[in-house]
Amino acid sequence: MNKRINWGRTLLIAIPFIWLLVLFLLPFMSVFKMSLSDMATARPPYVPVYDSETGLAGLWQLITELDFENYVWLTEDDLYWRSYLSSLKIALISTFFTLLIGFPIAYGMAKTPSQWRATLVMLIILPFWTSFLIRVYAWIGILKQEGLLNNFLLYLGVIDQPLIILNTDLAVYIGIVYSYLPFMVLPLYAALEKLDYTLLEAALDLGCSKIKTFWVIIVPLVMPGIYAGCFLVFIPALGEFVIPDLLGGSSTLMIGKTLWGEFFNNRDWPVSSAVAVILLLLLVVPIMLFQKMQERELKGQS
Amino acid sequence: MNSANKTQTDNLFTPWLSNSVEPLIRFENVTKKYGDFTAIDNLSLSIYEREFFSLLGPSGCGKTTLMRLLAGFETVTSGKVFIGGVEMSNIPPNKRPVNMMFQSYALFPHMSIAENIAFGLKQEKRSKKEIQRRVDEMLALVQLEAMAGRKPQQLSGGQRQRVALARSLAKKPKLLLLDEPLGALDKKLREKTQFELMNIQEELGMTFVIVTHDQEEAMTVSSRIAVMGHGQVMQVDTPDMIYEMPNSRYIADFIGDVNFIEGEFLGYKAYSAVDSTEAGIGSETESLAAIELATDQSTAASTDASNSLASFTTVVHGELLANSEKVLSEHDQVWLALRPEKVEISKTKPTGDYNMIQGKVWDIGYIGNTSTYHVQLFDGSIIKAQRVNRNRLNKRSITWEDEVWLYWNFDASVVLTE
Repeated sequence: MNKRINWGRTLLIAIPFIWLLVLFLLPFMSVFKMSLSDMATARPPYVPVYDSETGLAGLWQLITELDFENYVWLTEDDLYWRSYLSSLKIALISTFFTLLIGFPIAYGMAKTPSQWRATLVMLIILPFWTSFLIRVYAWIGILKQEGLLNNFLLYLGVIDQPLIILNTDLAVYIGIVYSYLPFMVLPLYAALEKLDYTLLEAALDLGCSKIKTFWVIIVPLVMPGIYAGCFLVFIPALGEFVIPDLLGGSSTLMIGKTLWGEFFNNRDWPVSSAVAVILLLLLVVPIMLFQKMQERELKGQS
Repeated sequence: MNSANKTQTDNLFTPWLSNSVEPLIRFENVTKKYGDFTAIDNLSLSIYEREFFSLLGPSGCGKTTLMRLLAGFETVTSGKVFIGGVEMSNIPPNKRPVNMMFQSYALFPHMSIAENIAFGLKQEKRSKKEIQRRVDEMLALVQLEAMAGRKPQQLSGGQRQRVALARSLAKKPKLLLLDEPLGALDKKLREKTQFELMNIQEELGMTFVIVTHDQEEAMTVSSRIAVMGHGQVMQVDTPDMIYEMPNSRYIADFIGDVNFIEGEFLGYKAYSAVDSTEAGIGSETESLAAIELATDQSTAASTDASNSLASFTTVVHGELLANSEKVLSEHDQVWLALRPEKVEISKTKPTGDYNMIQGKVWDIGYIGNTSTYHVQLFDGSIIKAQRVNRNRLNKRSITWEDEVWLYWNFDASVVLTE
């Protein structure tokens, strides 16, 4: 065995780790430290602040002043856990509907003659060419009381009174499903495109009905795609801020909105930092699950 | 060629010759089009119970389409398909008494071997015990008992092929369709599996329809072969008849190796009247004489065709004689199809009643058990003659550039008009 260090390779591997260290771990430590601090009318609006002139003794002094008060506070005011639960509910339901809508789209794409598929994939990605914010704003125009949808339905005579959709949870669901649909469709499409369709013929041939074939052959075989799509939608939806802020109402509780409120309206950086840390911990669970799934998938293939 | 299935050699199993036996499968004027492309063109065909029936042809001839019509994955454009007397147009694949073994095997990768075999039985809602018994039976049949718990990816190609077979047999279908079942196996394993397939088919008394492009495979396993081309059945017959009595150049060329000699029909000759020394040989001047000779004699002999030989002239080889059951008229364009193994080769001029052509050895294809001599004639064309290598290499006398005589019996060739 060659014991000498291969510097080129080490450097190559080190780059992403340094990247993560600088752009994720250090900011996270800073936020974590902030979450252990106390609010103050100062600039920055919290204490203690480390002063490099005080040296090591100052650092020790700073550490002794940190406490978990803010985390205790999160459990005392029910706004926070209600926000977390509400976010969880909204993220779960919208993930479910994204899957429900995304699956037929991905299936249709996978069954399209191959010369059209690249075009269809591009059409799925096309919305990313405009700003996310603008696309969500556009939904205001569609969903508001005298908006496109209501005008159209009134014109058709389906309804007499304009529907109130904007500034409700329904609008948030629509916004999330719309915005994250590509993240569902693309991994599903990748899985469905790889599917060997003679397996479906084989199942039919052995007496299986078409509907049952879907559940016993297609779904188990594209499960990795379903997991990937669901996590890609669920994780960002959980911490979503823009959509509930623009489309949701005052009663729409989402942790992203709560965090924003603490940070900008209350100027309570320490508490909002605590909210962010807890949100991260909540997200770590599904992310770990996702990684476990992928590992199992890789093992299954080898 | 290893021809003829057991069922056939005892001469009892010939339901296609009987008028009273109802065929298991009947194609009636079936046409299948994909857009402008006609895959199956007005095809009619009957396949009988307990047959091992081969659909043979080059890729794109429509054989796979025909099989998919039986399985129900395709629908006919016009015409009718009957299985067991029932018209199939409104019966979906999962309701047909037919199972298929796929070319790719199509084993479910997320299920174990046992689960794969049990899949079809589970759809019939049979009891757990019964399913287990049948799965064990099938695993024993294909000798994979030890692999029951494995996943398909963990098996070798040959083992997967057996699982696919076991899965398609598990439901005891009336009819088993096999789509290039042995295509992915190496030659040795393929030959072994062919005989296993035949044994299983005989043992279970099922009807097998197999799609293959491998003519040797079709010859080995089949009771009958349908050779297909351009969406039509070109000939349906037993393997020996297909080989010995092809009805067209297409068939003769597709099955085995063949020499074609193009010529013109001159007339009939009484067999006794033929003197081998008079038969046309070699050079052009001689062949001209042969034509005149032949035309003179044909008028006299043509009245009684059954006891006589048809006489042909070719551009270069002169007059050649052949048995023919076909009714020919003078100046018909014909081809003599001649199998290489029926052509003798000699350095000295043979004596006796033969067709003879002289040439020079151009190449020798040595296969081991046989050698094929490619003999170049005076006009540059090549005739192949095959010899079994009974002697060891150093004892074989004919070599490159040797002047040789090719000769064959009058009944060795088949006369073809198309």
